[in-house]
Amino acid sequence: MLAYIIRRVGQSVLVLLVVGLVAFAMFHFVGDPIDNMLGQERTQADIERLRVQLGLDKPFVVQYWRFLEQAAQGNFGLSYRQGRPVAEIMIERLPATLELAFVSGLMALVGGIALGIFTAINRRGVSANVVMTASLIGVSLPTFLIGILLIYVFSVELGWLPSFGRGEVTRIGGWTTGFLTESGLKALILPAVTLGLYQMTLIMRLVRTEMLEVLRMDYIRFARARGIREKSINFRHALKNTLVPVVTVMGLQVGSIIAFAIITETVFQWPGVGLLFINAIQFVDIPVMAAYLMMISVMFVGINLIVDMLYFAIDPRLRADRTTGGH
Amino acid sequence: MTDTPVLSVRDLTVEIPTRHGVLRPVDDMSFDIHAGEIMGVVGESGAGKSMTGNAVIGLLDPPARIVSGEVLLSGTPVHKLKGDALRRLRGKRMGMIFQDPQTSLNPLLTVGDQLSETILEHLNVTQQEARKRAIAALEEVGIPAARQRIGSYPHEFSGGMRQRVVIALALCAEPDLVIADEPTTALDVSVQAQIIALLKRLCRDRGVAVMLVTHDMGVIAEAADRVAVMYAGRMAELGPVREVLTNARHPYTAGLMESTPLASQGRKRLRQIPGAMPRLGALPGGCAFSPRCDYAQDRCRQEPGPTLKRCDGRAACWFPLNTAAKEEAKA
Ligand SMILES: Nc1ncnc2c1ncn2[C@@H]1O[C@H](COP(=O)(O)OP(=O)(O)O)[C@@H](O)[C@H]1O
Ligand SMILES: [Mg+2]
Repeated sequence: MLAYIIRRVGQSVLVLLVVGLVAFAMFHFVGDPIDNMLGQERTQADIERLRVQLGLDKPFVVQYWRFLEQAAQGNFGLSYRQGRPVAEIMIERLPATLELAFVSGLMALVGGIALGIFTAINRRGVSANVVMTASLIGVSLPTFLIGILLIYVFSVELGWLPSFGRGEVTRIGGWTTGFLTESGLKALILPAVTLGLYQMTLIMRLVRTEMLEVLRMDYIRFARARGIREKSINFRHALKNTLVPVVTVMGLQVGSIIAFAIITETVFQWPGVGLLFINAIQFVDIPVMAAYLMMISVMFVGINLIVDMLYFAIDPRLRADRTTGGH
Repeated sequence: MTDTPVLSVRDLTVEIPTRHGVLRPVDDMSFDIHAGEIMGVVGESGAGKSMTGNAVIGLLDPPARIVSGEVLLSGTPVHKLKGDALRRLRGKRMGMIFQDPQTSLNPLLTVGDQLSETILEHLNVTQQEARKRAIAALEEVGIPAARQRIGSYPHEFSGGMRQRVVIALALCAEPDLVIADEPTTALDVSVQAQIIALLKRLCRDRGVAVMLVTHDMGVIAEAADRVAVMYAGRMAELGPVREVLTNARHPYTAGLMESTPLASQGRKRLRQIPGAMPRLGALPGGCAFSPRCDYAQDRCRQEPGPTLKRCDGRAACWFPLNTAAKEEAKA
């Protein structure tokens, strides 16, 4: 098991190095950093000085290594647009995105698993079929359209919920939260639903398919033959076996929520890192873009690792080291 | 025997409605199994053996359903029960053992959990008592160091040991009837005999009635007291094992015997029955076995095969074999 963990961590590091290379390349090939940093009035001497100062005269590999060193310390330089350290801007924006992703992810997981079980157990029932049909809409409609539809119904027509922004936020240390005010919570609802709906339907369909598969297994039949209650068969015998194979995909889905947040944040003008990234693209604010890219990939890789560990926790067959022999 | 049988199946018929008409995988089956008796049910694959077992324990997969006949478990009409009433009988008064021990056990629950769960479901005992009984159940089926193995997961057992666990699970709430559907088919030959011996011992010690479903005449010869031979959903022959094996009346039984290597008969040329069992949707006119039967006559091809009741209660055949042997024995 230790060897496996080491291998997975190694793979994760490799992924981060590649993403780092892409981020690094952006500095060099999208626009000229010298151009970006010096104004129109500049002398050849200024340019040369900055080249040396930025290390641009060094070989590629050395520059890449320096970039990684800085990135590992969270240092991506100054934003071209705001002139402030990128890390500072990111940290300001992160709570909004994390809170949104957390609520959406929770909704996707809890709702997806619950509906998946429901539709699998009642697969011939009317309500399960209604849910399945409705889920097709969730899968096929693009996120921005769902967002706009929700805004139209709940903000414009009914006037129940705000259509943009985070509402009132409370500052706790370096963190700003919308969880503590009514307007903050209200503002969360539409973006969270928009962002989580797609993942929820995906998880639901996945859980349903897998659960139907599991319910056909011999051990379920054997449990029935022993007179085990339906409730115990569904939730004790079937559910755990259902979750083992889908836990990876669910982890990835929930992880991708942070990436998908770009669209939702744009639609709802949600002041998170996604919106920051979109604005950065418009201004070719390379340091912000690079930092965002690195942050997203670190999160993805991290979630992936956690999911793999989870796998070990649920499935005794993978815990090879605790085998007590017996062949 | 004068005591009431543990299981009494009367004129049991199972049908499956399909787009191409109604199939009858079990057609008018009747048999009894008494306490402490192993009744073998044998026939080629697709004969309807599993379907019969599933019908008895009330686990037919829809759309298959019992359309007529009775299943009486010590007098209780199981075929009339539904839902919770039926569930409560399963495990408690009748148990079932499946073919493949690799897939019969939940891989994510320890064998102790699966045993305790079953015991707690049916017997009014405490957690500790259930655990004690779980250990005893493992000991009874011959799992060494049962106390230590109770916390093991199924994958930590070998195939033969796993089938022992399955048997322990089927028996842990002390049912009167056990249906074993091909319990040795998925096992190594060396392990098969051990499992059969275990079933025989449990049957004798506990007085359980066992319905032993198999396609293997060798297993029947080894374990069964009486045997029911099935062909295309119907009972072909029914009788005490020694008589049926030595003096088969139905040509199908005789054919099965000729195609099985039996230790008791020494080396003999094996001969397969020509052709294959017809599909249920395409049964031939007349007796279903007639196209493959060496002894078939015009009557066999024109009239449906007789029911067991119409004949001597032993072989459902218009022209049974070896009847003279019986007369001689009587004389
Ligand atoms: N769902 C089904 N639809 C149609 N035919 C079926 C279905 N299930 C089983 N059968 C048929 O029922 C017959 C009996 O099957 P089974 O009891 O499993 O045979 P055995 O256990 O003797 O090998 C077989 O011919 C099989 O093809
Ligand atoms: Mg079968």
